[in-house]
Amino acid sequence: MIESLSALDLLLAGGLVAALGVVQFWHGLQLTRSLLMGSLRMVAQLLLIGYVLNALFATESLGWVLLMALMMLLLASYEVIARQKRRIAGWQGYSIGLLSMGATAASITAFALLFVVQPAPWFTPQYAIPLLGMILGNTMTGIGLALNHLTQMAASQRTAIEGRLLLGQTADQAMSGLKQDAVRAGLIPTLNMLAAAGVISLPGMMTGQILAGAPPLDAVRYQILIMLLITAATGFGGLLAVHFGARRLFDGRERLRLERLAPPKR
Amino acid sequence: MFAVRAVCAEPGFSAAYQPVSFELPASHILTLHGASGVGKSQFLRALADLTPHQGEVWLEGRALSATPPAEWRRTVAYIPAEPAWWAETPLAHFATPPPAAWLAALALNPTLLESPVERLSTGERQRLAVLRAVALRPRVLLLDEPTANLDATNAAALRGFIQTYVQEHAAAAVWVSHDAEERRAIGGDSVALLAEVPS
Repeated sequence: MIESLSALDLLLAGGLVAALGVVQFWHGLQLTRSLLMGSLRMVAQLLLIGYVLNALFATESLGWVLLMALMMLLLASYEVIARQKRRIAGWQGYSIGLLSMGATAASITAFALLFVVQPAPWFTPQYAIPLLGMILGNTMTGIGLALNHLTQMAASQRTAIEGRLLLGQTADQAMSGLKQDAVRAGLIPTLNMLAAAGVISLPGMMTGQILAGAPPLDAVRYQILIMLLITAATGFGGLLAVHFGARRLFDGRERLRLERLAPPKR
Repeated sequence: MFAVRAVCAEPGFSAAYQPVSFELPASHILTLHGASGVGKSQFLRALADLTPHQGEVWLEGRALSATPPAEWRRTVAYIPAEPAWWAETPLAHFATPPPAAWLAALALNPTLLESPVERLSTGERQRLAVLRAVALRPRVLLLDEPTANLDATNAAALRGFIQTYVQEHAAAAVWVSHDAEERRAIGGDSVALLAEVPS
C-alpha cells in the first residue's frame, strides 16, 4: 500500500515553495503573493474535494454519484465557454458546451463503466468519478480549443465566408474548410498526448497506480483504456461542438450572424 | 421580373434608410444613388438576403422568403465593392473557367486567372469578381460601384459587358453608382436611397 503522508510531510514540501517565495522577494519579483495565494487555493480545493469524495465513497448511492457527475459537467461546460476569446453569447453557448460534453464524456464514461471496467455496482464512485474527471478534463480542453478556433476564424474570415455564400454555396459548404480546421485544432492536444505517452511523459494515472503499489502492467492497461476513452470523447466532442457551434453562427436563411458572438475578450 | 416591396433595414442591423419599392422589367438596369453612409451596400446585402431585413423581394414571381437561400444568392448575385478572395488563384473561384471572349471584352489577360490573387490590381480583381458572379448565370446582378477602381476605358468596357449580359439573357441589374455621368451612360431609371428621418 501507499506510504501515508502526514501534515508534517506536506509542510516540508510547502517549505520548498516558501523558500522560492523568499528568493523571489529578494530579487524584487512581484510573484510572491500570487505564489502564496495559488498554493493556498490549491490546498483548499484539494482538501475540499478530498472530503467530498470521502463522503461520496461512503454513501455508494447512485443519486449522489449522478449529482456529482452533473455538477462536474455543468462546471466543465461553463469553463469551456467562459474561457473563449469570442464565446457564443447567451445560453446557447453554454448549452452547446453542455450538450457536446454530456453526449460524449458522460456517455463514454457510462459505456466504460457498464461494459469495460464493470465494477459492482457499475456506478461505484471510486471508478466513476475519477474516470469521468479524466475524460471530462481532456474533452473540455479539446472542445474549448475547437470552438475557439471556429468562432475566431469565422469572425476574421467573415468576408470570405460571405463571399462563398454569394456564389451560391450553402452555409455548410461555406464553412466546411473552417470546420475541419476547428476539429483538427481541438484534437491536437490529444494527438500530442498519444504520441508522448510513455516515451516523453509517464501519464499521471498510471504513475499514481504504480505509486499506490499496482503492478506496472496492470497500471499500463488502465492507462491504455483511459487514453482510448479520452481520444474517442475528445474527437466526438469536438465534432459535435463544431457542428452545433457552426450552426449557431447562421440563421434559418443561412446568413452569417456574428453578432451572436460576445465581444472579443482581451 | 424583379420586384422589391418596402425593403428596409431590420432595426439594429444597419444604417436606417427609408423603405424602397420598385419593379424592374427584364433587360433593364436600375441605378441607385444616395449620400455616403446612407446604406446603399446594406440595401444590396438585404436584396441578396445576406442580412436580416424587412419587406419582400420577388424574382420572376417567386418570393425571396420562399426560395432556398443558396439558390436565391446564386440567381440574385451581389457583387460587393470589395469582393473577397479566399483561394490562391482567381480561377479556383470559378466553377467553370470564364470564356475567353469575356476576358477579352474586359481587357483581362488570360494568364491573370492563374496568378496569385494578391498580385492582381484592385481593378483587375473587381472585374474578375463580376465575371465570377456572371459565370453562374444569375438573373439579377446587384452591383456595388463596380467601376470605382477603373479608368474611363475599362469602366466603359465593364458597363458594355454588363449591359450586353442583361440584354442577351433578359436579366436585370441594380447598379449603385455615385457618378451622375455614369448613371446617365447606363440609362434607365434611377432611385435615390434616402436616410430614415429619426422620428
